[in-house]
Amino acid sequence: MSIWTQVLYAAISVTVATVYGLTLGGIVRKIYARVHGRFGPPVWQPFLDIIQTSSRRVSVSHGNMFLLGPVFRLAGGLGTYLFIPVIFGSALFGNFSMAGDLLLVMYFVFFGQLGMALGAGQGGHPYSPLGIARGLAQMSAFEVPFTLAVIAVAIQYNSLNITSIVAAQQGSFLNWTLFTNPLAVIAAMISMLGMNMHSPFSIVLAPQEIPIGPPIEMNSGFLSILQTNRGLFAAAKLVLFMNLFFGGATNLLEMIAKTFFIYMFSVFVGAAYPRFRPEQSFRFFLKWPTVVGVLSIIYIAYLGGVS
Amino acid sequence: MSNKHIDEIENQMKLANESLPEKECSLFADDRPTTVGAFNKYYEGFLNWARSRSLWMLAFGTGCGATELRPLMTSRYDMSRYGIAPRPTPRQASVFVVGGYASIKTIKRIIRSYEQMQGPKYVIALGSCTINGGMYYDSYNTINRLDYYIPVDVYIAGCMPRPEALIAGFNRLKEKIRAGECEGMNEYVEKFDWYKKNQKQIIKDWNMPDYNW
Amino acid sequence: MEQLIKKIKGMVHLRAYGKQRDDLHFVTVDKAQLEMILAHLKNYEGFTHLAFLQAVDLLEEGKFRLIYMLYNYSTNVNLGVNVLIDRDNAEMNSIHKLWAHGWQYQRELHELFGIDFPDSPRVHESFVLEGWEEMPPMRRDFDTLEYSNRTFYQRPGRSTNDPAEYMKEKIYKNYPAAPVIRRDNE
Repeated sequence: MSIWTQVLYAAISVTVATVYGLTLGGIVRKIYARVHGRFGPPVWQPFLDIIQTSSRRVSVSHGNMFLLGPVFRLAGGLGTYLFIPVIFGSALFGNFSMAGDLLLVMYFVFFGQLGMALGAGQGGHPYSPLGIARGLAQMSAFEVPFTLAVIAVAIQYNSLNITSIVAAQQGSFLNWTLFTNPLAVIAAMISMLGMNMHSPFSIVLAPQEIPIGPPIEMNSGFLSILQTNRGLFAAAKLVLFMNLFFGGATNLLEMIAKTFFIYMFSVFVGAAYPRFRPEQSFRFFLKWPTVVGVLSIIYIAYLGGVS
Repeated sequence: MSNKHIDEIENQMKLANESLPEKECSLFADDRPTTVGAFNKYYEGFLNWARSRSLWMLAFGTGCGATELRPLMTSRYDMSRYGIAPRPTPRQASVFVVGGYASIKTIKRIIRSYEQMQGPKYVIALGSCTINGGMYYDSYNTINRLDYYIPVDVYIAGCMPRPEALIAGFNRLKEKIRAGECEGMNEYVEKFDWYKKNQKQIIKDWNMPDYNW
Repeated sequence: MEQLIKKIKGMVHLRAYGKQRDDLHFVTVDKAQLEMILAHLKNYEGFTHLAFLQAVDLLEEGKFRLIYMLYNYSTNVNLGVNVLIDRDNAEMNSIHKLWAHGWQYQRELHELFGIDFPDSPRVHESFVLEGWEEMPPMRRDFDTLEYSNRTFYQRPGRSTNDPAEYMKEKIYKNYPAAPVIRRDNE
């Protein structure tokens, strides 16, 4: 396959993922509205919002790092997505998957927030460093159980390549990590609650206390980049979870169905629970999910799993 | 033209920022705002359609009228089904709902927030107080006519207007946006000196730059 | 309560005493003795809470009446301690050492009535009126309508209606008369 075909495929794949992620965001807003007893915005509202923000006639910048912040964020989202094979065995949605891509993806999940920290810091608004401090602290906290779960998976399948991890889970649904190593899945799913920043762990964006957090000074085009990335990044994270723990997908419909239900887990938790304070949320991640993650490694490495 | 002339013209284009202390002058921008027109008529029509379907309201309760925004946001009247969402920061907002009377202390903050919003920006003036002073027409501390200080797109009369009236006002604003009549941002720039004269007449301790970029 | 009033009478020159309700009493004392009686009420009689400090402009008598409203949490009694001060060059001793939050009331009074409290911290900072240049606006000889006409732009065509009459005429023309609730003492 020539590089240009791969680029074309990647472009199609990124577009599909972005549209899917944004639609998912619209559906989630609708679900939250129904839980509140409201009608809620239409499902395509995120698209209208992106057109609206990108069509502002003026925009204020605070310097070079401020310009680069949203670009880094989008690079983080793109990087995460482009190294995950979305559909097992598909050339179109295979992306740039390669040996050891799991480590690269883990790095890219963190990368966007760091870039955002540099950019938003130059905005000069006191609330954005506050939001970033919370965001990075919470990210460090939920990375611990997530990394432990990923290590357990890597030990279990003896591979750091997502494609081979997915390949090992094919055959029957009993081969999924969900059934072969449930402890790792529990740890990872709890850390996903923090990753998606829905209600119990939504302190980073906290619209009431630190208005909107890191992107407070982001306007016009900068904001529309962030919004696009939010859709893409959500899709990328869900695909990663699906690949690692839920057996991957062999076609687009299966992918959509699986990621939808994975996302619904954090949405339902978010709709039902109030918000943690920052220190509560950090302590929570470093307590039980971490213990479960360590147990999952012990279970896989020393007890030899189910078999 | 000689360099001297160009310098003079450039200096006229700059804002004086007279009320700022000398050492702070370099911290603030002194550029004049400029009018920014539509890029293309048909493209602008499409953008206006999108803008009218996604109104981001600045969540800044400037007076008692902000009370009416709470039932509008929450389950009873649910404005999100019209594509209206509150934004906590003026950088991202496009609609400014001035809620009722504006005291002199508040109008200073209103002007700051309005100037920080990125255009095209719209203003909905809520309540009689913004139209002619309402029941505070003889007060020493509240302004009588909002349109002397910032351009206003839609007025909603009443004291207080109910949330239904606000929804009607928002729908009127949407019609105006789709018709391309909401150019308050450019209006403010064109009549900039007149607005500044009115503003400085009532705000006696003007301790901010002439235009808050 | 009678005992307390007697005690106050023994301590200071009690100019007037009035009882509004069982739990709301007013005493008027001399300006010089105010701090002493407030300290006594706070420290020994249980009036630990300063609910508010407000002024009334007695234009005809050329006086300001300052009202220090105290509250006793154990007996649930409000006691207003009034003091009359001269309207010209109005000046009063600060009570911020008794109640720390008193400085904020004094700052407000300085701005809105022009009463000076020399020792009070930050009393000359502006409170709600930023950059006010006229006479203090809550004084009764300040003409707010004239000031408003001069400063703010009136919109022509303003008219006023009595809401009850207007609604009866416009909306409820055929509406039966609203039932009147009669109470026992009417």
